[in-house]
Formats: sequence, C-alpha cells, structure tokens
Amino acid sequence: MHTISQGRLAFLLLFFAGLALYPLIAGEYGVDFVTKIMIYAILALSLELLVGNVGLVCFGQAAFFGIGAYGAVLLSPQDASASWLWLLPACVAAAALYALFVGALSLRTKGVYFIMVTLAFAQMAYYVVHDTPLGGGTDGIYLYFKPGLDSAIDLSKPHTLYYFTLVFLVWTFVFLAILLRSHFGRALAGIKINEQRMLASGFYTYPYKLAAFITSGGIAGLAGFLFAVKDGFVNPEMMSWHLSGALLIMIILGGLGYLEGALIGAFAFIFLQEFFKSDAIFGSFAKHWQLGLGLTIIACVALLPKGLIGLPDWIHKRLYGEKRIITEKMS
Amino acid sequence: MDLSTFLIQCLNALQYGLLLYLVAMGLTLIFGIMGVINLAHGSFYMIGAYMAFALAPMVGGNFYLTLILGVVLAVVLGYVLEWAFFSYLYDRDHLQQVLMTYGLILVFEELRSILVGDDVHGIQPPELLAGTLPLGDIMTYPVYRLFVSGMCILLALGMYYVFSRTRLGMMIRAGSVNREMVQSLGIDIQFLYRVVFAAGVAIAVLAGMLAAPISSVYPGMGNQVLIICFVVVVIGGIGSIRGAFFAALLIGFVDTFGKVLVPEASGVLAYVLMALILLWKPNGLFKAG
Amino acid sequence: MTTATPDILLQGRDITQRWGGLVAINQVSIALERGTIHAVIGTNGAGKSTLINILSGEITPTAGKIELLGKDATRWSQPRRARHGLGRSYQRNTIFPDFTVFENCRLAAQAQVHRPWIWWNNAQKCKISVSSAESAITQAGLTEATDRPAGLLSHGQKRQLEIAMCLATRPEVLLLDEPLAGMGAEETERMLALLNNLKANHAILLVEHDMDAVFRIADKITVMVNGSVIASDTPDQIRSNADVQTAYLGAH
Repeated sequence: MHTISQGRLAFLLLFFAGLALYPLIAGEYGVDFVTKIMIYAILALSLELLVGNVGLVCFGQAAFFGIGAYGAVLLSPQDASASWLWLLPACVAAAALYALFVGALSLRTKGVYFIMVTLAFAQMAYYVVHDTPLGGGTDGIYLYFKPGLDSAIDLSKPHTLYYFTLVFLVWTFVFLAILLRSHFGRALAGIKINEQRMLASGFYTYPYKLAAFITSGGIAGLAGFLFAVKDGFVNPEMMSWHLSGALLIMIILGGLGYLEGALIGAFAFIFLQEFFKSDAIFGSFAKHWQLGLGLTIIACVALLPKGLIGLPDWIHKRLYGEKRIITEKMS
Repeated sequence: MDLSTFLIQCLNALQYGLLLYLVAMGLTLIFGIMGVINLAHGSFYMIGAYMAFALAPMVGGNFYLTLILGVVLAVVLGYVLEWAFFSYLYDRDHLQQVLMTYGLILVFEELRSILVGDDVHGIQPPELLAGTLPLGDIMTYPVYRLFVSGMCILLALGMYYVFSRTRLGMMIRAGSVNREMVQSLGIDIQFLYRVVFAAGVAIAVLAGMLAAPISSVYPGMGNQVLIICFVVVVIGGIGSIRGAFFAALLIGFVDTFGKVLVPEASGVLAYVLMALILLWKPNGLFKAG
Repeated sequence: MTTATPDILLQGRDITQRWGGLVAINQVSIALERGTIHAVIGTNGAGKSTLINILSGEITPTAGKIELLGKDATRWSQPRRARHGLGRSYQRNTIFPDFTVFENCRLAAQAQVHRPWIWWNNAQKCKISVSSAESAITQAGLTEATDRPAGLLSHGQKRQLEIAMCLATRPEVLLLDEPLAGMGAEETERMLALLNNLKANHAILLVEHDMDAVFRIADKITVMVNGSVIASDTPDQIRSNADVQTAYLGAH
C-alpha cells in the first residue's frame, strides 16, 4: 500500500528541505556535486518505476539517459542558446520514443531474457553514438550554449541549475507517488506480483507494461537533458552498460519497492564512492576506492536484505530484539 | 577475401568461440543449477589471465605447471567463495544476487590492482608453441592459437563425457532442468552446488590463462568477457550447455568476420543478433520445454 | 450461427489439445448453463486443468470452438473473455498477499473500469471498483476480514478470497479449479454453501477431487479419462454408470 506513513513523510520533507537549503552553506564544488547526485536520483527513480513497481528489470536505462543528453546537445542551435521550454520536452519525447520502440519489442520476453534484450538495445544506441559521425565518436560533443529562458532562468548558472534540478527531482517523485496509487499504478503493482491473475481478471497487461516503460524512458531522458546542461558535454560512456548496472545497484542498495529507496540509493552510492575516493581519509589507498565500495555493498546484502531502507528496522532489532521485525514481516 | 585469409579468420573465430564457450558454460551452469546470476564470473576469467602472469615466476616460468597450479588454486577459490558468499544467497531474490556479485567484481578488481598492479602485460607462449605454421603461400598461423583451440575442444569433449556418461553429470543435467526434482531424489544439493561452482570457476580461470598469451593481460578484461558471455548464455537458452556451445561459436564467427567485413559496425553485431534471436525465440535457441 | 439457448452461457465444442504427439484433450464438448454447477472429475492428468485453461483463454486449443454468451470466443484473449463475463479461480492461490482483502478485490474489479489511464486519481476512491469489491466480499462472506492483509488469512479464507476476486469482476460464468483443495470439514461446508448461493446467477464449472462434495453439490458431472469424456450426466446416473465405476471410481 502506498499510504505515506508519518515517518516517511517527515523523512521526505526533511530530505527535500535539506536539499533546498544546502546551496546556502555549500561552495561551488558542493553545488555542482549535489546537482549531479540529484540527476542520478531522477534517473534512479525512473528505473525504480520499472524494477520496483512492475518487476521489469531493465538493464538498458542508460540508453534513454544518453538519448536525452545527446538530444539536448544535437537539438541546440550551434550559435545561440535554446529555450529549455521546448528543448526539454523534445529530449523527453526523444527518449520516450526510443523507449516505445525498445519496450514494444523487449516486453515479448521475460525474466533474464528481458534483462538481456534491454541491454542489447542499449548497446545498439551506444554503438550508434560511438561509431557514427552523428554522435561525435568516443570524444563526445560539446554544448556551447546552455539553454535558458531569456535571462530569467539561465541554466548556465550553477545555482539556477541546482534549483531547476531540485524542482524536477521533487516533481518526478510526486508524479510517481501519485501515479502509483492511481488505477494505473495499482494495476502495475498487481502485474508485478502475479501477471496471470491480472490477465484472468481482465487486464490487458501488455499496454500497461509498455506505458510504464515509456514513462520510465521519458523520465530518464529528462535526467539526461539535465546532465548534458550541467556538464556542457556528452560522450558515449553515458550510454554504457556500466551506468545501467550502477543504476540497478543504486536502487537495490536503497531498497526496492519504495520510491525513497531510489533517492537513498542514489545518494548513498555516490557518497560512498566519493568517501572511498577521498585522499584526506584514505591517503594513498584512495585509488583502491572500489575495494571499500565493494565490501560495503557485500555487507549490505548480507545484513540488509531489504536495502538501506531497512536500516531503521535493523537498528531497532539490534536494540530491542526481534519483535518489531516479525510484525513488520507479517503486515 | 581470398581463401587463406578466409581460413585464418575461420580458425580465429573457432578459437574465440571455443574460449567463450568455456567461460559461458560455467555461467549457464551456475545459473541453471544454482539459480544464481553471477556477475563475478567474468572476474574469474580476469583472475585466470593474471594468474598466468603472476604465477609463472613461482614455478620457474614453466607454462604447463602454471596452468596446473592455476586450476588447483581456482578449485580452492571456487569452493571457498561458494561457502563464504553464495551459500546463503540461493533463497534470495535474483537482484540481491546481482548486487552481491557486483560487489565481488569491485573487490576482485581492486585486489588484483593491489596485488599485481594496473599495468597491461604481454605473456609469451611457451617455446614449443611459439612458432607459426605456414598456411598457403604467404600466410602463417600461430601454433599457440591452434593449441588453445585444441585444448578447448579437449575440455569440451571431456565435459561432454562427464555430462552424458557419469552419475555426476546426470545430476547436473537433471538439476539444470528441474532443481526441485534433484532435491527430492535425495541428492546432496549443497555438495552439487559446491562442485558445480568450483568447476565453473576452474574452467573460467583456465580459459583466462589460455587466453592470456593471445589477448595480453589488462584491467577490466573480466567485464568485457562477462557481457559477451551473457549474450552467449541467453542466445543458447539459459541452463543449456549445448546451447551455450552453439551460441559461443555463432558469436565467435559473427564477431570475427564482423571485424573484417563491417569494421564500423562490428561492436554492435552480437547484440543485434541476440535481439533478433530473442524476438524470434523468446527463450533462446535450445531451451528445453 | 449459434444453436445455444439463452441459458447456455459457455459452450466448448469438440475441443482438442495436442502437445507434440501427446493428446491432452480429445474432442471434449461441454456446455455450462446458468443455475447449474457442472463438475468435471477425473484422475490426475485426465486433462481437467488443461480444459479450464482452454476455456478461460490461457491456452489456444489445437482444434475446437468456444462460445461465450452466444458469441464465438475461440480466438479471444484471456482478458477479453474476462471482460465478457468469464471469471476463473486457480488451484494454487493467486491472491496478492501484501494487499488487504479489500484491495485484492478492488484491484480485480478495477479491470472493469473504463478509463484506466487517468493517472492522477486515487484508485482507492474509485466508486465503481469499490462497490464491486464490497459486494464481492459480502457475497464471499469475508466482511470481517476486509481490512486484513490477504497473506494473514487462514487457508479456507484464502480460497474464499480467490473466489471473491473472481466475483469482483462481475462474471456470469465461473471456472473454479479445486476450490476445496486442502480444506477442513468446516471450511468445506462454508465453501459449499457459498457455491450454492452463487449458483442462481452464474454458470459454474467445478473441477474438484473431493468426491463427497462433488456428488452433493453438482447438478451435472462430466467424467474425463485420459483427455476424453467417458460420461456426462446427473450425479445419480454417474454413480451407477458401469464405465465410470471401472475407469475411475473403482480406482479409489
């Protein structure tokens, strides 16, 4: 059930309020860094819709992200800045269109086969930008003029972009939260648990899944647009399977089945990465940052089967014994 | 393309396909029998290649001794890993396994970096196999590549014997079709898992060691082979050993000839092929039932 | 084109299903009438479940014809049949364990709502599906358990919920696959009473292993052996049928 409990609501309000206040205390680097994390959080939310709520494990989310990003660069005029009012919807539409194509075909397969087919389509997109003149090859392409809207919302200013991204992060979260309690969202939840039952009740499940896939692709395109604007640069690595894999890891780490899980996962994953990369803490060992990250992930799997979102329960269990966990499981 | 070039490419494709088969077979068995999606399988290939580099000095540079030592170490490694990381994952969601094995990839890569470093190393094939054979008038073919193909074929035949003629093979085949059935037959499933896992690791390590003199040894080589092996497994049908064999050869030929005939699109060919096959047969080519 | 009388809601004619060389179902015809419970019995592997799967649209038969409410439904998908008044339950529970009893039924009822793409409205507040769900819960006798998570119900209640989820889609034909499986005496009585109540407005196909229950409640019994129908008659006639005695009942 997607009724927001008080604890969750409080967490979300604090979380978003913290993000809104953060630029007041942060420097240039911090603002840029958190903008990056928020973009990944939007991307993680898009994947959470598929994996956590429909049970469709998409291993090609980076393709939609990349199409949004390449769209922002390729559709921008060479010599002037575009208005994001049309550029952003265009990027979202481009990503959603590719999602329609990929989803229509790959939803014919199930399980691990679905994972691999979505990977295959993402790799195709990767090689298109990697090996054709369109995408500028391995070096990528630059976005010389960042989009704006007259001078009111100029996305080339880091603070403007930060709040612009934050607004879209909140928007994405609220949009998905509303979507998931609607008829559409409830049907997706049913399909995740038992598609056969849904068919027998009279649901045409394929269009539902396809619509979810397209929505997810569109949101990933939104994240891609933001990323291209932030970096002013796109390259094929944005579409590589490493990113698709890392995204899956983020949402599993955070806790599947909860939108907050995607937020927590994205922040935790990138913070952990930066933490283990930090020279100040680990000195020369920081170049082996993957070791710490890997061990942390393994520990999370071993101790927290529900992901980081299960952490409060885990602490509670350590402090007060098993009782609460049992009721949690049963309800 | 003249005849001898064609022949050489065929031999290359065969050798690449057979090598892929060795890695993919472990992957498909571990998934089919244990139900575990093991992302870390590519790491074993990488570990094997680095073993070929790092172990050689310990046994006085003897290539064959290195191979044997590597396989023994790999069996031990597989046995310990299964006990330490996988034995409690079986009942978990597939995605938990993905997360765990992803963590293992990172750990293996860094341990490799700490122990051996991040440099690219070339490996010399042993002297006996270092030569070339003449092919046609001007072309030659390295003996070592023939040796690798021969070794792979021997291994494949050996495994075929184990699968089709021994009791262990019978259990493995039954297990890859129906896990519950094997359990209900009173077979020690825990033992079967350890054996399959250790064997899968050993074969992937061996493949890595054999490949080292051809591909050289470099960081990230495990991830590269992992994805292409998943493609092989999926095309062949998950859990199907025969499927993995044909799919590996198919990918070997498509990739090798793709690089020669359409170099600009060679990277994507394998994926296009996989997408087409899965749209035609959503459960792979050789999935039983 | 149809010879069905208005009371025959679902009719299968000469249905045959082959798996490779194996004939799972051989020229089976069956007609379900409103106001009757039609039981199908037979040993394991006789083809009963396959028959239900064919009638409900999960499997397209190799040959044969299916008419639903007088329309040719042979090529209809399962959701389309469900939308035209066909409900089915499964042998294994297909309830959603994390949802409440109410939400299980409401979700099933939601299939009948015509605008599923309105994404901004809260599904819990949809009047049509809420009222369908409430009446299904009342009919199935689960009123007291309405707000409990389905996974916490007793086995008997889970089987009742399985039926309630069918009812929530407002079907006219019910295909029930072993609704009594694993039930105690008291639970069985409750389920039989429920089926008796449903009979008036529905045509019911009942696949069941509990012979006492079948002979008590069924109006008509079809006996299948190795994919073929060997007899189809009233319970009394079936009881005294010599073929059935040797082929099936004798085996007990």
